[in-house]
Amino acid sequence: MSGDGQGSSHWFDDEAGPVVRPYAMTRGRTTSAGQHRLDLIAVVVGEPGAEDPETDPSLAPEHMEIVGLCARTPQSVAEIAAELNLPIGVVRVLIGDLVHAKLVRVTRPVPPAELPDESILRDVINGLRAL
Amino acid sequence: MIFGRSERGKPPVEPVTLKILVAGGFGVGKTTLVGAVSEIRPLRTEELLTEAGSPVDDTRGVEGKHTTTVAMDFGRITLREDLVLYLFGTPGQERFWFMWDELSEGALGAVVLADTRRLEDCFAAVDYFERRSIPFVVGVNCFEGAARYPAESVRQALDLDAAVPVVLCDARERESVKEVLIGVVQHSMEYAAGRRRALAT
Repeated sequence: MSGDGQGSSHWFDDEAGPVVRPYAMTRGRTTSAGQHRLDLIAVVVGEPGAEDPETDPSLAPEHMEIVGLCARTPQSVAEIAAELNLPIGVVRVLIGDLVHAKLVRVTRPVPPAELPDESILRDVINGLRAL
Repeated sequence: MIFGRSERGKPPVEPVTLKILVAGGFGVGKTTLVGAVSEIRPLRTEELLTEAGSPVDDTRGVEGKHTTTVAMDFGRITLREDLVLYLFGTPGQERFWFMWDELSEGALGAVVLADTRRLEDCFAAVDYFERRSIPFVVGVNCFEGAARYPAESVRQALDLDAAVPVVLCDARERESVKEVLIGVVQHSMEYAAGRRRALAT
């Protein structure tokens, strides 16, 4: 792969099937290496000092947008996808890149197998009542 | 791009996030219910699918269409700075079950919204949650002009387990929706306690 995206060599061939446009942003990747599929409500947190990632030329504007969003407030994967108006699958790959580049980290990336503590559930009930 | 953080040094709060699913037939009021309690206008997330090999869709006339979009509407309720509840409306079409699998993983529980004029529309959702042992509450959305049935006749019509709560609600009313959601969390707690007891014996 040429890496600069300008070269004449294609990064996909006919075997890949039809190209889905938003996935061009991920250079055709639908999963990120070495990562579980991120939960929709996993929270993405900006790493300290990640506010100025413009030095990294491998990052796309969409990567920067995610870093910008999460630097201010930690955001769920679903919210980031809605904010950027991109499919969930694309956003998962982009977040994977950012985790790899140590610009963000993800709290509890996979859904828990167990229900949360009863004390948390009571807090949820009380919180709903107080709305 | 540089964002000045006013509270430098103080790490941002990383909330515990939880989710409840809102299921039911098309047009039953899922997004209305989410909107009634969400602090944000319901947002939409989408996923692209390739349609190759889909056995049911008639694609005559749209042979060029290779992808389709599954949309999920969701809302957010910040209960505390460190505790956030998300409500996800499940995609209406049954061929998107696989999205439900992903959504229901780790969910606290679900609301199955039912319309008594088209009760059969929620059969699929009831089956889904029963088979996967996901605790759910049936909310009978009382549309204006719709014949009202007592909760018990809805329970019988849906052949629900006696433990499954059936509540009458109005998906447009915040207070009503709050009660439904509280019912889901309470039912999940009882359900989990029941399972623990079953394991202990």
